Amino acid sequence: MSHLAISNSGARTETPRWMRRWFSQETLVAWLFIFPSLIGFITFYAVPAVRGLFISFTDWDMLSEPQFIGLDNYSEIFSDPQFWRSLQATAYYVLLNIPTQTVFAIVLAVLLDRVVKSTLLRSIFILPWLLPSVIVGTVWAWILNPALGPIGSIFRALGLPEQPFLGSPDQAMPSIALINIWQYTGNAALLVFAGLQTIPKEVYEAGAIDGASEGRMFWSITIPLLRPVLVFVLVTTIIGSFQIFDTIAVTTTGGPAGATRVILWYIFEYAFSRFQMGYATAVAVILFLILLAITFIQMRVLRANTSDLA
Amino acid sequence: MVTQTLSAPPARRKGPSTGRLIAWAGVALAIFITVAPFWWVTRTALSTKKDLIANPDSFWPAGFTLTNFARVLGQVDVETAVAAGGSGQKIDFWLYARNSVIVSVITVVFQTFFSTLAAYAFARMKFPLRDQVFNLYLAALMVPGIVTLIPNYLLIHRDLDWGNTFLGIVAPTLLMSPFAVFFMRQFFLGINREVEEAAFLDGAGPFTTFWRVVLPISLPPVATLSILTFVGTWNNYFWPSLVGKDEAVRVLTVAMAVFKSQTPQGIPDWPGLMAAALVSMIPTVAVFIVFGRRVVNSIQFTGFK
Repeated sequence: MSHLAISNSGARTETPRWMRRWFSQETLVAWLFIFPSLIGFITFYAVPAVRGLFISFTDWDMLSEPQFIGLDNYSEIFSDPQFWRSLQATAYYVLLNIPTQTVFAIVLAVLLDRVVKSTLLRSIFILPWLLPSVIVGTVWAWILNPALGPIGSIFRALGLPEQPFLGSPDQAMPSIALINIWQYTGNAALLVFAGLQTIPKEVYEAGAIDGASEGRMFWSITIPLLRPVLVFVLVTTIIGSFQIFDTIAVTTTGGPAGATRVILWYIFEYAFSRFQMGYATAVAVILFLILLAITFIQMRVLRANTSDLA
Repeated sequence: MVTQTLSAPPARRKGPSTGRLIAWAGVALAIFITVAPFWWVTRTALSTKKDLIANPDSFWPAGFTLTNFARVLGQVDVETAVAAGGSGQKIDFWLYARNSVIVSVITVVFQTFFSTLAAYAFARMKFPLRDQVFNLYLAALMVPGIVTLIPNYLLIHRDLDWGNTFLGIVAPTLLMSPFAVFFMRQFFLGINREVEEAAFLDGAGPFTTFWRVVLPISLPPVATLSILTFVGTWNNYFWPSLVGKDEAVRVLTVAMAVFKSQTPQGIPDWPGLMAAALVSMIPTVAVFIVFGRRVVNSIQFTGFK
C-alpha cells in the first residue's frame, strides 16, 4: 500500500503510462506490419481450409445450393473401388520414387563431397528442379517415345525389344517415377550435401585412427549424423510425391487403363469434370489426414528433432 | 552459412586413389544424365519432322532447320506451319511469355514485400497473440495445396468472379506465403539489433527504420527469396490451369500443356513441341546462370530449419 502511495508521485504516473503507450504503439505498428499478410492468410488459407471441411459434408454440383449430407461423401469414397485403386497407384508411385531418389541423392552428395569443389559444377544438378514439371514431362514423353526416342535407340542398339514405356499399364508408373527422379534427385542431393558439411572432420579422423574402413565409417558416422537432414528430405519429398499431378497431366493423363490415376488426378476428375465439389473436397481432406499421419509417424520413428552430434 | 571446402574424410590416401577415380566417374555420369536430355530437346527442335521419323537414331539434328523456332515465335504463316507438321493452331508464344512475366513479377514483388514486413514484426516486435499467429502461419506450411485449392477455386471463380483475370491468378499468393514469412523471420532473428536501435535513437519511426535500415541490409536474403518465388510461380501449372484458361491470361505452362494436347495424336508435332519447350526454358536457364550459386546456397539454408 505504501508502495502505491509513493508511486503516486512522478515516477508512477509517468513510467507506466509511457510504457503502456509504448507498448500499445508497438502493438499497433506490429499489427500494421502483419496486416496485409494476415488478410492473405485468412482469405486464402484459413477460411478455405475450414470451408473445404464444410463442403466435404455436402452434395454440391455448383449449380444448385449445397445440400448437407453428413458423412455420406466419406462412406461413398471408402466404398468406391476406384478410390482404393488411385490410392494404391499413388502409394506405388511413392514406393518407386522415394527409395531410388533418396539412395541416388545420398550417393551423389557423397561424390560431390569427395571430388567437386566448385559451386558452379554442383549447381548443374539443380537445373532440372528449376524447370516447370509441365516442360520436363513433355520433354520426357518424347525421350521415352518407343520408336523415335533415344532410349528406344539404345534398346535397338543392344538388340532388345521395343518397350512401350508410358504407353503400357505396367510401365507407365515406373516411367513417371523415372521422370521425377531425374527432376528432383539433384535438389535432394544438394540438401544431403549441405548436411555432410556439418559433420566435423574430427569424427572421421577419430574413426580412421581406430582403423575403421570407409564403408564402416559411412554406416556408423555419416548416415547417423545425417539423420536430421535425411528426415527433412524424406518428409518433404514424400509429401510432394503424394501430390504428383503436373507430370501426369502432360504425359499419361491418368492412363493407360487408369494405371497412373493417382489421388490428385482422382480429385481433379471429380471436381472439374464431374463437378462433384463435396465428394472431391472430401477426398482432399482424406489425403490431408493421410499425409498428417505419415509425417507424424516419420517424425516419431526417425526422431526428427534430435541430433546424434550433440 | 556452410563452409564449402571441407574435404573428404581423410582416410588412407595412396596417391591418385582408385576411389577418387570412381568418384569422378560417378560425377561425370550424373552430369551426363542431367544434361543429355537438353541436347535431345535441342537436336529435335532443330530437325524437320519428316527427317526425324526417317532417322530416329541420329545424334545430330535430322534435316537441320530453324523453322520450328520461327513457328513457335509466330514468324510463320499457317500453311508453312501445317506443312512443317503443326496442327495449324496459332502458338502465341510472346503473349504467353508476357502473361507469365506479369503473373510472376506481380507475385514476387507483392508477396516478398508483405511477407518480409510481417516477418520483421514476428522477429522484432512484442505484441499480444504474436506466437499464436505465427504458429498458425507455420501450420499452413504443412497443409497440402490440394486442401485449399478447391475452396480457393470456388472463391475466385464463383464468388468473386475473378476467373480468367490476372488478379484471380495471383490473388492467393499475393499477400503472403507461409514459407516466405518463415524464411525472412529466420534471417531477421539472426541479425544484430544495434543498427535498428541506433536508427530508433535518431528518431526514426518503425516504418522508416524498416525501409531505410532493415531492408537495405536484408537484400541478399530478399533476393534469394525472390528468385525462389519467381521460379515457383513461373513453373506453377495446376492453379493457372484452373483459373486462367483464356488466351488473354494463359501462362506458358498452361499453354505448353494445351499445345501438347492439341498436337495430332498419332504423330505429334515433336519438333514444334521441343522448340516450344526449349524457348520456354530460356528464362529459367537465365535465372540459373545468373543466380545458380545463390539458389544452391539457399537450398542448403532451408535444409537447416
